[in-house]
Amino acid sequence: MTDIAWIHAMLTSARPQAVGALLRYFRDLDTAEEAFQDACLRALKAWPLNGPPRDPAAWLIMVGRNVAIDAKRRERKQEPLPPDDVISNLEDAEVELAERLDGADYRDDVLRLLFICCHPELPPTQQIALALRIVSGLTVKQIARAFLVGESAMEQRITRAKSRVADADVPFEAPGPVERAERFAAVAAMIYLIFNEGYSASGGSARAPLCDEAIRLARLLLRLFQTEPEVMGLTALLLLQHARAAARFDAQGEVVLLDDQDRSLWNQGMIAEGLALIDKAMRHRRRGPYQVQAAIAALHARAATPQDTDWAQIDLLYAALEELQPSPVVTLNRAVAVAKLRGPEAALAMIEPLAPRLSGYFHFFGAKGALLLKLGRAEEARSAFGEAIALANTPAEAAHIRMHLDRLEKDCATQGSAKVAT
Amino acid sequence: MLYAILCYNPEDVVSSWSKEQHATVMSDLAMVREKLTKERRLGPVARLLPTTAATTLRKGRENLVIDGPFAETKEQLLGFYIVECQSLDAAIETAKELARANPGSGSYEIRPVAQLHQSSL
Repeated sequence: MTDIAWIHAMLTSARPQAVGALLRYFRDLDTAEEAFQDACLRALKAWPLNGPPRDPAAWLIMVGRNVAIDAKRRERKQEPLPPDDVISNLEDAEVELAERLDGADYRDDVLRLLFICCHPELPPTQQIALALRIVSGLTVKQIARAFLVGESAMEQRITRAKSRVADADVPFEAPGPVERAERFAAVAAMIYLIFNEGYSASGGSARAPLCDEAIRLARLLLRLFQTEPEVMGLTALLLLQHARAAARFDAQGEVVLLDDQDRSLWNQGMIAEGLALIDKAMRHRRRGPYQVQAAIAALHARAATPQDTDWAQIDLLYAALEELQPSPVVTLNRAVAVAKLRGPEAALAMIEPLAPRLSGYFHFFGAKGALLLKLGRAEEARSAFGEAIALANTPAEAAHIRMHLDRLEKDCATQGSAKVAT
Repeated sequence: MLYAILCYNPEDVVSSWSKEQHATVMSDLAMVREKLTKERRLGPVARLLPTTAATTLRKGRENLVIDGPFAETKEQLLGFYIVECQSLDAAIETAKELARANPGSGSYEIRPVAQLHQSSL
């Protein structure tokens, strides 16, 4: 393992703070980013020789600032840049700067950076692309691959996002507590969006690292809002869901349902962290949608086998979620618990009224088909599965429904009773 | 003599390790633990969850329970080893072995143990 790997980890982790501070100095995202890139290049040369500095972020901010200032001067005077050792010789300055970078600046700088990414004028696709580029530091190529678009298309998307942000009014003063509260909600929503992009992808695709990035961003947000139960809830939810990653797809890349997953493949470390965060959140007695969703995920994580699942408690939690954040999707998910507790008839009665609002939603028809199958209504099940396939978002989803349909065909052909995967 | 080796590392750097880095460090540390076990020198070892999972009780007239670690520091306490060593120099050597397995960033605080009580776990 080379030094470079360690330096890369330091550069990645310093990015939010460094780019945030440089943005505060220069009030321009492109300048801040270029300054950071230049500082990183110099770090990759200097740190293997001298060892990394005690405060990598402070070093990068100092160097980045000097490089950008010198570059601007050079633009005006057409002089060549001073040599590296003049810019990067920081032994004395470093201590002074590190002392000046206190916690309050860090918090606001990072928050400002995050908020820029989820600026209300940006559509979600641009928000995600911008956040992954400037906060997570993924390359344009990596982001393009994750979203199955060409590199230049992604480059354009990011450029468009940056110019929209440049035109919009970005406040550079420190946000007050009310603003901070509003912004956190937008940032949390964006992080959840990134996670879901990764979560819904089929196994082995380039999207799975998005879940890891979302969790890193959630932990970053948690460090900014140490006492916020909803941030604890969000982080816990992502950890508990991602803990199941290794079990969610089989060797052929097909979906494995929760009931059928090999639970020994679940990541116990992530589950432990998720449960610990829920414990902390609960002490605040301030219920919120992320905490409730995390609690539901926790009930699944705690069940050693599907039969051990506390469906009654899950049903109650979904009822709470329906109150906090009513949506047909929540009711649909609740119906799964209701099916376990009161049978498929009751569950079907719950979801049928949702049809007009969920007419474009893959999971609605998948669930409907599964319930009809359980009730022995094969023809209606087949028609529901047919609609599901038409709406499938990924090959894995389509393959999963096709498996139901194939089984249906086989069972109808043999006239036997259907053996159903729940 | 028993020494506690307290492991400090910037946890945002640790959480930025690639999966390969993480796997390599874990397996290299495991080898150090195996060696110490063979030498019958290894006591309790713990890896802690990140400080975002920590809660602190501040003692006082009224005990105050707050979210987060005891102190906001640049490097956080991430775990510890209790090791039997002949001398301080030997303990430092052991810390160096750990540092070779887990290079890059962070510090080890080496503090002699005054008393180790029997574990009931």
